[in-house]
Amino acid sequence: MAEGPEPLLVIACGALAREIVALKRLNGWSDMAVECLPPELHNRPERIPGAVQAAIRAARGRYERIFVAYADCGTGGMLDAMLASEGIARLPGAHCYEFFATSAAFAELSNAEPGTFYLTDFLVRHFERLVIQGLGLDRHPELLPEYFRNYRRLVYLVQSADAALSAAARAAAQRLGLAYEERHTGYGELASTLGQVATVAVASIGQRKETAAWRH
Amino acid sequence: MGEESTETFDLNTLNDQELTEQVHDDLYNGLREEIVAATNIFLGRGWAPDKVLNDALVEGMRIVGIDFRDGILFVPEVLLAANAMKAGMEILRPLLAETGAEPIGKVVIGTVKGDIHDIGKNLVSMMLEGAGFEVINLGINNPVENYLAALEEHKPDILGMSALLTTTMPYMKVVIDTLKQKGLRDKYIVMVGGAPLNDDFAKAIGADAYCRDAAIAVETAKTLIAARRAAAH
Repeated sequence: MAEGPEPLLVIACGALAREIVALKRLNGWSDMAVECLPPELHNRPERIPGAVQAAIRAARGRYERIFVAYADCGTGGMLDAMLASEGIARLPGAHCYEFFATSAAFAELSNAEPGTFYLTDFLVRHFERLVIQGLGLDRHPELLPEYFRNYRRLVYLVQSADAALSAAARAAAQRLGLAYEERHTGYGELASTLGQVATVAVASIGQRKETAAWRH
Repeated sequence: MGEESTETFDLNTLNDQELTEQVHDDLYNGLREEIVAATNIFLGRGWAPDKVLNDALVEGMRIVGIDFRDGILFVPEVLLAANAMKAGMEILRPLLAETGAEPIGKVVIGTVKGDIHDIGKNLVSMMLEGAGFEVINLGINNPVENYLAALEEHKPDILGMSALLTTTMPYMKVVIDTLKQKGLRDKYIVMVGGAPLNDDFAKAIGADAYCRDAAIAVETAKTLIAARRAAAH
């Protein structure tokens, strides 16, 4: 007998891979498959909707449910428009900073200082590649004031406490000439939203098993 | 492809056509000192400042803009090009003012409240200025009161608003709605821009135009001002 589709696929930004794998392990979400797209899309948001749509279409028929672990991520609603046409939901908020910090706390941070540059665990780990090289500062350090002259502080939103990452984030702030702050957020709304998605998928599997048992 | 030449040469040895093309190349490569030198050479040869601006600098930045739009150049290269052009503009600005030429229109432009990003907005300002507009640049993080005060003071043809963040772009609607409430909306052409915006958003908030990049902003500004003036006659 041919196997049916798998229960759940999460198509995620590569910047969330480590966190989603940690949540899967922690919560025993064994029915959740995860496919990550390149985190470099973070710097080219206009390419995110197309890349996510291609992944959705490639996965159609192989999964009962698909969920997208992206926020709006600078797509200005283009990701939402594409997801609406595909009938698929995503993480809440405008950026990963927002769902890690939770919406209310992020709004508070942004309102208190609009000139805040945010880092997550992932961005601290890949600061050199995504921020320094991504902005061309390795080749043109003279552009640093162009990019950062209106920023005042760097806030590191900590998902998983690690002294080495804190030290690296502090060094990043110093390099950019910004005041440094640290907020422990944990996984924030990433955890709660994926928890709901996984629960629905598990319920769906349970329902299917019950139906199968009844038929027999 | 040959190796990139490290040999320097005297820009004075180039004829006008060659020097113009050299400026386009030097802008593309973000070579500030070379742009300053070439601008001074053109002026020394008796070129009018507006001809230096249009044929050499603005045309060079137009090419940069096209390659940015097509994904050939990226933000760092555009920033370097813009800085080089700015250096040329600094030489030309006082000379252009001396000519007493009337600006082709006036623009008040600023980044909206909550947003501190100004790279794109400053590039648009510079290109508008290069195209002959008078530009009043309000800077970043502007509440609606700033826009209203500037509109009242400067009485521009165009209000330009910029936002880089999905979270701040809705504030453009706050500004437009306030203009409507005060019966001022129809007095101004409202143009909006910024990475997360698009045409649909501009229409939804009641702007006159969304401008994807600086070159399009200049063309749109010229077109909309011409249309408004034609309609007024």
